[in-house]
This record gives sequence, structure tokens and C-alpha cells, in this order.
Amino acid sequence: MTTPLHEPDLALHVEDLTVSYHSKPVLWDIDFDVPPGVMAAIVGPNGAGKSTLIKSVLGLVPSVAGHVTLFGRPYRSRRRRVGYVPQRSSVDWDFPTTALDVVTMGLYGRLGWLKRPGRGERREAMQALEMVGMQDFADRQISQLSGGQQQRVFLARALVQQADVYFLDEPMAGVDATTERAIVDILRRLRDDGKTVIVVHHDLQTVRSYFDWLLILNIRVIAQGHVEDVYTAENLRRAYGGQIALLDEAAFMPADKTAET
Amino acid sequence: MSPLELLHDYTIRNVAIGAALLGLISGVLGSFAVLRKQSLLGDTMSHAALPGVCIGFIIAGAREMGIILLGALTTGALAALVMLLLTRNSRLKTDAGLGITLSTSFALGVVLLTHIQNMNNAAQGGLDAFLFGQAAATLRSDLWIMGGITLVALVLVSALWKEFKLVSFDPEFAASLGMPVMWLEVILTVMIALAVVVGLQMVGVVLMAAMIIAPAVAARQWSRRLEGMVMLAAVIGVSGGVFGAVLSALSRGLATGPLIILSVSSVVMVSLLLAPGRGFVWEGVRLWRGRRRLRYQQVLTTLYRLAMHHADPVFRSEQGMLDTYHGHRTRTALRQLQKRGLVEWRSAPPDEPGGAKHWVLTTTGHEEAKRILDSLGREEF
Repeated sequence: MTTPLHEPDLALHVEDLTVSYHSKPVLWDIDFDVPPGVMAAIVGPNGAGKSTLIKSVLGLVPSVAGHVTLFGRPYRSRRRRVGYVPQRSSVDWDFPTTALDVVTMGLYGRLGWLKRPGRGERREAMQALEMVGMQDFADRQISQLSGGQQQRVFLARALVQQADVYFLDEPMAGVDATTERAIVDILRRLRDDGKTVIVVHHDLQTVRSYFDWLLILNIRVIAQGHVEDVYTAENLRRAYGGQIALLDEAAFMPADKTAET
Repeated sequence: MSPLELLHDYTIRNVAIGAALLGLISGVLGSFAVLRKQSLLGDTMSHAALPGVCIGFIIAGAREMGIILLGALTTGALAALVMLLLTRNSRLKTDAGLGITLSTSFALGVVLLTHIQNMNNAAQGGLDAFLFGQAAATLRSDLWIMGGITLVALVLVSALWKEFKLVSFDPEFAASLGMPVMWLEVILTVMIALAVVVGLQMVGVVLMAAMIIAPAVAARQWSRRLEGMVMLAAVIGVSGGVFGAVLSALSRGLATGPLIILSVSSVVMVSLLLAPGRGFVWEGVRLWRGRRRLRYQQVLTTLYRLAMHHADPVFRSEQGMLDTYHGHRTRTALRQLQKRGLVEWRSAPPDEPGGAKHWVLTTTGHEEAKRILDSLGREEF
């Protein structure tokens, strides 16, 4: 007997989600839906709970209320269809291991207990490294990689998971322009293959050129939907308050009038 | 006593085997502790083992090793648990939590120790040896216990190898894959408590932390992968342990535990200094080389700029001019450049007054200077 699916047509469905830390709300009553096959950005000011939202969806941070489903099922039974790229700064890059080894870690969930990664797994990891253009660095110590290279290795580790929904936490933070472009290209290719990509993003300037779906967050949901409907000065002002003055007026002109990358 | 006779001596053989087992288990588990930044957890647990030793003694009424070690394991693990709860559920930071747990449980241990000593129980003799260890008191039966614990730890580590690796490197990602991160961390912590228990009798509660940390830190300097680090840490632990044990046997009367710690620590010193890529010496040489390269590149580009400025590719620069421009002697740098064929030391044409020798860029020197300036421009962009 199978339980009926809850909102099976949505890649991600978050309802009434509330997360608190020391009885202070970090996320309050979040309703957030992402249809399959889009590239979605989560933006908001510092402390808006962007990373926390991703982490609570993945069950890494306990929530006090609400529920989350991916394609109609809770995360627990959908793990194999989810890929995750944590913030680069969340790990110690002086750990004694190689780039290839880190990518292979993406397969540990599928391998299960007691099994060791073998030649097949290493080949898959190598292919993922090639996708991010890092095949020449496979045997390099991760401490010797640049920030952008480390981020690519993390992305490759998620690619090797062969997921349907990808969560990325600030993948473009502190990387050079070349890496940023490479990452965006890979994410677009994933979307074009019908995957769903959900990215915590910090750079408002590039939101419209990179993404097609947008959630503006500041503890509560400020707005969500297609980028062109949601990315308005009014919505951003509600999320960022006074900080919005820092933004260029040109950023709000219609997409076809500004130069696209 | 010759080294061969040493190995036939019953006590010394026991001590050496015990030290080897201790080095093995603490090298392997210490690697994970150090990588998870929990070096001091071992220290807390070993100090917290002291009240357990005393309670075990009180319950058994004699120096019953099994019960004493069980007590040590219980209070050691309990202290780790208290530490974990303290930092999770209060705003206490980890270092403060470790400090409080360590000193409180050690104080409790010392109080219990003096209480037992005042009971005038003849069997209590040597209980205070747990403070600094008393290797010579190691019995064959103790070795069986230590060996059993070490075996369990090694089997667990090899069975859960990839899980332990991922939890040590990226616990969040491990959790997203569905690994029971908390349980894996508990197992690792309990196993470190086991290593502490193994070492209590050899090196004592005070020095045990060094045994956990030192082999792992030394091995980290030389290894590129976790596999290599763990194995090397085990080797360093075992050889340091045996070396210390033999040293103390040869020197009659010097304490074994501290000698073991000292021999392992000397490996740490050497590793911190000399390890390729990570050691101080290596780091220093790299810095010196970089400075020297920078200096001769500067001199080379100066020659190039002078040539450009005078629109004369074979412009002849005088030594004094270059020295003045750079504010220091450039002769060494120029000799370097000359050796690489980038500049030439040419005498002035006979018709020119002064007639001193001059430095002139060669064709390859021109190309090299151009390349350096171009790459500089790219980096700025």
C-alpha cells in the first residue's frame, strides 16, 4: 500500500516551515514551491535564512513546524534524487585527500554500508571532474586548489550523484569570473536536461541573467515566482530595506534593454 | 644488558608489546580526532578517566584491571557526552566546555584517589600510578585486554572507513546522504575513550592526550591521503612506543610513559621542521627562492625598461646606475641572470670615454623580460 503523493508535480514543496534557534525564528511560516526544470535563485539579505532554508529542506537543521516534499514524497525517501553542494567554507580544505577522492564521496550514499568505492566509481568521479574541467587536477591535494577549483570539485561531487534536484549554497561566492561562468553553464545544462536547480545566490546583479525562478526571502517569504514577475524594486526594497539604495537603478530596467551575458 | 637479552626479559617484553598496542590504537584513532579538531577531547576524556579508575577500584575492592578499566571507560565517555550536551544546548563554546569538564572530573578523580589512600587498604598500592603511568606493572593479562580493545577499534575503523572519512571531512554532506552522522561521531568518540583506557596504565591520564595527538600530527605532515596518514600515524605510534619502552629499560629507572611521549614528540618536531611541502624549513626555502626570483626579475625588467626608454635594444647599463635605481647591490642578481644567459657583461667600444664594462640584455633576456611584464599585466587585469 502506498500513501498518496503530496503535490507530486512540484520538484520542491515547502509548507508552513518554521525554524528557530534559541527560540528566535530564523525562518517563519515559509511556503515555497519550485516546479521541475527551472533554475531557481534564493536571495535575501544577510541573516535572512537562505542557507537555513536549504539545510532544513535536507533535514540538516531541525524544523519546529511545517513539512517538505520533493516530487510528492518527504526528503527521507527522495535522498537518491537530491544533490547537495554545501558552502565551500563549511569544510577544512587542509584535509588530507585528493580532488578525485572528494568527488567519489558523492557516491557513498549509493554504495551503502561496508562497500568500498572501486574502479567503476572512480571512473564516474573522473567523468564528473571532466564536466567541470578539472580532470587534470584529479590527483591534486585539495589544499593546493584555488577557491574556484575547490568550488568546481564540490560541484562535481554533486554531479556524480545523478540527482533530479540540486541544492547549491552560494556556489558563486568568492570565485573568479571564469569559474562563475563555468558553473552557470553547467547549471544551465542541468536545467536543460530537465533537472531542477535551486541556488542560494548573493549577487542581485546577475539574478535575472542566470535564473528563471526566484524566491526573495527575509525570514518570511517576500515574493516568489518567475524572475521577471518577482524581481521588482518594490519586492527587493521590502526584503533589503535601506540597503536597496546601493543598487544601481539600471538593474531594474527590462531585461531586453540591459546587456546580457 | 644487550638489546637481544632485553627482548627475552619478561617485563620488558610486556612493556614493549603494550607500548606497541598503545601506539597502534592511538595513532589510528588520533588521526580522526586531530582531523575533526577534537585533539583536546582526548585530553578531557583521559583526565575524566581518573574518577572511573577510583570508582572501579572501590567497587572491586582490589586492583582488578578489568573493572578499573571499565570504570575509566564509563567516566571518560560520560565526560565526552556531558561536553557534547553542554556545547549543544548552552551557549558555551567548545574550548570552555572542554576546560570545565576536564578540570572538574580531574579534581573529582584526585579527591577520590586521596580518599582511597586514606582508607589504608593495602591493595591500593600503586593506584596513583595511573596519574603518570607505570608501564613496568603491565601484566600478560593486561596485554590481552589492551589487544582485544585495539582489535575491536581496528575492525570498526576498517569496516566504517568511508563513513568515518566523510564524517570527518564534511559532516553536513554526510548527513544529506542519509548517514547517521551523530552515531558515527559517538562511535568515534567512544573509540577514542577506548584508546585512552588502553594507555592509562602505560602513560597515565596526564600524558595520554599527547599519545593521541602527536602521531597524527606528525603523520599529517608527510601524507597526502587519509589512508596514508592513518597508517603512518600507526607506524609512528608503534615505533615511538617501542623505542620509549626500550629506552627506559636500558636506562634503568627512567619512567617509561614520559619516555614514550618524548620519543613520539621528537618525531613531531622533525616532521614540523622537515616535511616536504609543509615543514618550516621547506616553507623557508620556498620563501627565500621566491624573494630571489623576484629580485632578479626586477633587475631584468629594469634593464628592459632602460633599453626601451633609450630605444636601443642593446642599451648598455652601468652597474652603478642599476644599484642606485634599486637602492641595493644588484651584482648577485645580475650574476644569476648572466648564468641563465639573459644578460651579458660587455666591455665598452674602444672609442667611448670611460670605457667601463656594461650590462646588456641578450635576445632571450628581452623575451623573458617581455614575458614577465605581460604576465604582470594579465594578473592586474
